[in-house]
Amino acid sequence: MTTTLNVNGANREIDADPDMPLLWAVRDLCQLPGTKYGCGKALCGACTVHLDGQPTRSCSIPISAVGVSKVTTIEGLSADGSHPVQRAWIELDVVQCGYCQSGQVMAAAALIESNPNPSDADIDTAMNGNLCRCGTYPRIRAAVKRAAELKRGAA
Amino acid sequence: MSADPKDVNAGRRHFLIGLGVVGVGTAAGIYVMPKYLQSREGAGAAVAAGKPPFEFKPHAYLRIASDDTVTVIIGKSEMGQGIYTGLPMLLAEELDIEPGRVKVEFAGIDPAFNHPFMPMQFTGGSMSTMTLYEPLRKVGATARQMLLAAAAAEWKVDAAQLRTENGVVSDGSRRATYGQLAEAASAMPMPTSPPLKERKDFRYIGKSQRRLDSPAKVTGKATFGIDVSLPGMLVAAVAHAPAFGAKVKSFDDSAARAVKGVVDVKQVPSGVAVYGEHTWAAIKGRDALKIVWDMAPASKLSTPQQLAAYRGLVKTGKLARFKDQGDVDAAIKGAAKSLDVEYAMPYLAHACMEPMNATALVKDGKCEMWAGTQGQSQDAQMVAAALGLAPTAVAINTVFLGGGFGRRASTGSDFMIEAAQVAQALGRAVPVKLFWSREDDMHAGYFRPFTVNRVRGAVDAAGKVVALHHVSVGNSVFELSPLKPMIVKNGADPTQMEGSAESPYEIPNRRHEALIVSEAVPTQFWRSVGHSHNGFILNGAIDELAALAGRDTYELRRELLAAKPRHLAVLEKAATAAGWGKPLPAGHFHGIALQESFGSIVAQVVEASVADGKSVKVHRVTAAVDCGFAVNPQQVEAQIQSSIIYGMSMALYGEITLENGAVQQGNFDTYPVVRLEEVPQIDVHVVENGGPLGGIGEPGLPPFAPALAGAIFAATGKRIRQLPLSVALA
Repeated sequence: MTTTLNVNGANREIDADPDMPLLWAVRDLCQLPGTKYGCGKALCGACTVHLDGQPTRSCSIPISAVGVSKVTTIEGLSADGSHPVQRAWIELDVVQCGYCQSGQVMAAAALIESNPNPSDADIDTAMNGNLCRCGTYPRIRAAVKRAAELKRGAA
Repeated sequence: MSADPKDVNAGRRHFLIGLGVVGVGTAAGIYVMPKYLQSREGAGAAVAAGKPPFEFKPHAYLRIASDDTVTVIIGKSEMGQGIYTGLPMLLAEELDIEPGRVKVEFAGIDPAFNHPFMPMQFTGGSMSTMTLYEPLRKVGATARQMLLAAAAAEWKVDAAQLRTENGVVSDGSRRATYGQLAEAASAMPMPTSPPLKERKDFRYIGKSQRRLDSPAKVTGKATFGIDVSLPGMLVAAVAHAPAFGAKVKSFDDSAARAVKGVVDVKQVPSGVAVYGEHTWAAIKGRDALKIVWDMAPASKLSTPQQLAAYRGLVKTGKLARFKDQGDVDAAIKGAAKSLDVEYAMPYLAHACMEPMNATALVKDGKCEMWAGTQGQSQDAQMVAAALGLAPTAVAINTVFLGGGFGRRASTGSDFMIEAAQVAQALGRAVPVKLFWSREDDMHAGYFRPFTVNRVRGAVDAAGKVVALHHVSVGNSVFELSPLKPMIVKNGADPTQMEGSAESPYEIPNRRHEALIVSEAVPTQFWRSVGHSHNGFILNGAIDELAALAGRDTYELRRELLAAKPRHLAVLEKAATAAGWGKPLPAGHFHGIALQESFGSIVAQVVEASVADGKSVKVHRVTAAVDCGFAVNPQQVEAQIQSSIIYGMSMALYGEITLENGAVQQGNFDTYPVVRLEEVPQIDVHVVENGGPLGGIGEPGLPPFAPALAGAIFAATGKRIRQLPLSVALA
């Protein structure tokens, strides 16, 4: 059977079992590999996408449960890498291996969307589910604040 | 790979390189592309005809195109450590072009990219920048000289009157870009020893440069091994043995084959492979397999028994002696106070965020692979041997690594061989991507060795340390390596005593001994290798001896490093910056440690508190590092922070245990790692003292755990001789 998903603004017909996690539909069937597999159990956050703007672990939601929600992946966050989070990440040299960063960027983007001036505690809470083995955490903290600043137009 | 890692033709081009068609490199010297392989098409005509631009290729590391594209080709793998930026910086400095204008490509397998000291192409040992510091600068300087010569000939002036700046040659009135000069430069004689800049003249080296891989990595465009996608590709998942050494007895794949998207099922040497049209089909198909395992050949190893056995061996084993200075036994016997204690360190998984994977196409007696690996040339040889092919028939296209930490320098080339065997077993000439789940990754082994250590030491009546004896019994990181016969001598390998036998602390009577115990559990390099154990144990021993002597552990370290000014300066910088000995907030305590590893010296002061005798909170880490000098200072800071946080996961939580040959952890719920909210303030101070360039990817790790253990001792009076703390303080 096919499932219709709205991914990055376009409707996609997915011909797969309805229990297929959104992660694999996005990566393998929509050819959007920016969203990463890390654990398959919503433990690491590498697969974070937005569902109607809410950060969601795509590894743990089947395509049948997505419904009409709009899916945004890292590829759909901005057309040209100019989202404030992406700019801040580049400016502060956050990335190392980079594998977790799609998820980090999506989590951070959702945070500053709902909280224009996040405190350290807000950042810890919002980003705590996104693991990074390279230990980019200190720069993630700084870059979330910088991204919020850029978004507020205080650049 | 080319700029677009999905460009399949790029793989084909590199396949030729893998087959040895393209040139021959020398270990560290200048490489000359044979003239007949250089493009002979004129730049102007080529552009007009829509043909590729002319490329000036003075070396395997560099291409300058007539369209002004400057491409640096790197034979090192980018796993987060920053060489994708740092290596091009070195070349760009001497070429005189902003590093941000350089395009970077990963090399295929080519001897031109071998390690300067070893006939192998690999990334590890924190050696990339230090070993390529001169070779890459030489290539940049060579190309610059040839560009200058071309301009001088064109303008009929002396090359000495010309200047270069950011990709342009000028004589004051005329200017030409490197691209405009590329074709003429390629015909100029190659200078044999072009002068290199003095450090004071550097424009880029020593000044923080932004990472060149950030734009790709914040937009999801960077291609990792798991992202490789090729026409007609299938994805395979392998059902692996439930315990090390178990074999497939029989299996029923009827339910697996009924899963939508499953294409085929085959037995392979490592288990049973399910091939799917996509990853989910492979996963679901694998879950549906019914396999009967032959457990007779399986390991029966369980952690408590292993611990007990090694505890016996530290006292009774036939030890290989790495250092025996003075008379340890007499010194201990005659000392005022002595100690005899045991330290135990667990197996650790690397838990790279990207589980191991690789893609292979076996066709026409050749195997082409796409993967994130730290060990291209060995992988190619091992894959060739496993498939029964000539070593030159295997090509590897390197993509970004989603973490390495030593895991992707697989001594047994495990995931590479498995991917190739899975592709071969299918019997069709289509690419197959081997997918490993987190659990596959954690169950596969290749762990940091498990060790039990005996530490004896003594102080005299004046409180001076007079003796230290360290015995390490554990597994070898070279157990599965083809290099094992060359490295393991007298039943031990040198990494077992790494950071112990050559520890900088000066103690008159010292003995350092080790013994390998071979297990069915694969073991290998884990970030900072032997230092990850021995930095903890040696610094722990110094703390214990300080307590035995009733002395401040920092002051004792100063005494033991008194004749080593570089070490002393690093230690004092960390202590001073952290405010060692000054009042701390109530309940907060300091610990300190220093380790020299991979050519760099790092000291750390950890400020921590302990609630209820077991809940440890790290409040602040102050690190000082002497890595010679910082090529890209912001990346030196990033790598020290990275290593501290990796070491923090090791100290707080890291432990792989076994029961009857089966790994008991599988995912981040049972193998927790540090999360954002736990990360303290980490200050990094770079200390320069005229030393040679050292490594930076690993040296920040070893001092963290012992410094934290020192703070816990100060807080609780409990000596930590076993990690992780979640076990030691339970």
